[in-house]
Amino acid sequence: MDTKAEIIAQFKQVAGEHDKRLAPLTDDLALLDSGLDSLCFAIVVARLETSLGKDPFSEDEDARFPVTFGDFVRFYENAKS
Amino acid sequence: MMVGLDAKATWDELVHGSIVEDRSIDLRGQSVLVATSDQFRAAAVLIELDGIARRVVLYPPDLSREHLPYVAKTAEADILVTDQPEIASVTHGIGSVIQCGRSIVPLDADHDAEIETEWVLLTSGTTGRPKLALHTLSSLADSAWHTDPSSGSTVWSTFYDMRRYGGLHIFLHAALTGTSLVLSSAQESTADFLARVCAHGVTHISGTPSHWRRALMSSLAGRIAPEYIRMSGEIVDQAILNQVKLQYPHARVAHTFASTEAGVGFYVDDGLMGFPPELLAQNPRVEIKVQDGTLRIRSTRTASRYLGADSPALKDADGFVDTGDTVELRGERHYFTGRRDGTINVGGYKVHPEEVEAVINRHPVVAMSLVKARKNPITGSLVIADVVLKTLGEGSAASQQDILQYCRAELDPHKVPTAINIVPMLAIGDSGKLVRHA
Repeated sequence: MDTKAEIIAQFKQVAGEHDKRLAPLTDDLALLDSGLDSLCFAIVVARLETSLGKDPFSEDEDARFPVTFGDFVRFYENAKS
Repeated sequence: MMVGLDAKATWDELVHGSIVEDRSIDLRGQSVLVATSDQFRAAAVLIELDGIARRVVLYPPDLSREHLPYVAKTAEADILVTDQPEIASVTHGIGSVIQCGRSIVPLDADHDAEIETEWVLLTSGTTGRPKLALHTLSSLADSAWHTDPSSGSTVWSTFYDMRRYGGLHIFLHAALTGTSLVLSSAQESTADFLARVCAHGVTHISGTPSHWRRALMSSLAGRIAPEYIRMSGEIVDQAILNQVKLQYPHARVAHTFASTEAGVGFYVDDGLMGFPPELLAQNPRVEIKVQDGTLRIRSTRTASRYLGADSPALKDADGFVDTGDTVELRGERHYFTGRRDGTINVGGYKVHPEEVEAVINRHPVVAMSLVKARKNPITGSLVIADVVLKTLGEGSAASQQDILQYCRAELDPHKVPTAINIVPMLAIGDSGKLVRHA
């Protein structure tokens, strides 16, 4: 599964479910400006754990939290399955 | 008459007979731990021991045997009465073990009831180790019964195991008034139990909302015709009240607040969930208040204390028991919202699983549901739900989406389940409550 495509799909789906207007998902978009709140992020992360089989947040407690959308994608691309 | 799955006896036979096999051991003044496989034998032993033993301890069948030594030590048990060879073969630190027979043997002479026997009931603590709540026959049997005095045709039954408070106070009421009682059995299916209930002409029946939801899913639900239906032990939601009224339109339906520690608080029979504020001041012998968001009760029906040197206080300095059940006033009515220690924390927002279940249960395709936490690195937890549909095999995916849409319309965003799993059944413990793993 293409990690980046799956992440984009989940961002869009969760934004739709929660009536949030999603900003254009460019690499340098700050996550805090994406339009999603922390509940939405939590749901995106939960769904990605199911679809990608990865949860990089729980895997490494010392890892730096992604700041931009590009960071987020790389976070998942680099995570172990 | 008391009727079990494979045994029955009149109250007279029970009071004037013995089920304990070894008569050489003197039970007078002893602390006796009762751990039998079935309710009928437990009931027979308790009737025999009350007034003679200093203390009886009711060990429920679903409690793991690993706690036997702790319970025996804390209750200072001198004697263990059991019908299970595998329990009898290990002493568990108890001096004597007595086997319990299969049937009741008439006694030559009645024993005189000399002692006010202490009755010890076990409640499950969240850590798994049980708490031992101390009652007497008077605290257990003292409750305004809420139904008319028994007529010759009154037959009670209960889904509850009589070793738990919900079943025990029904058993004691029946025993003390000589009313017929049909005991349930963990060995039989819901359908078989309902068939027995029908066969014995049961008129009054009690259980938890989960017991009733499961009964309504049985093809034999329509076979029974109770005059009176009682619910307790879990929060009663409007959905189950409505469903029971629909299935049994001629029955009076009441729900009651009762717990092992607090005893019976009050009955509500207006057909609505929650309770009206007037109930708080209705009975001068049972003082009820809401303090710091939870229900508190002071009455002669409460347990007096927990046994064990390091156990918590059962009552506060004023004698009130904190039930731990959270209550909210909305408009003109109080509603139970959950357990103080059972909330799910979603990014700082506290969610009561029971509140979400009440919403899910209102959906027409849903029979019952269980809401739980799923760990999440961003918010700590998220809410998810296991749902049992009324009709198995109904379009699962469509139902899931439908239920989710319904929740979104009825609940704040952080309370909406982020996943709905359709499951064939939910586990109901022997306490009658949904099993919620901590």
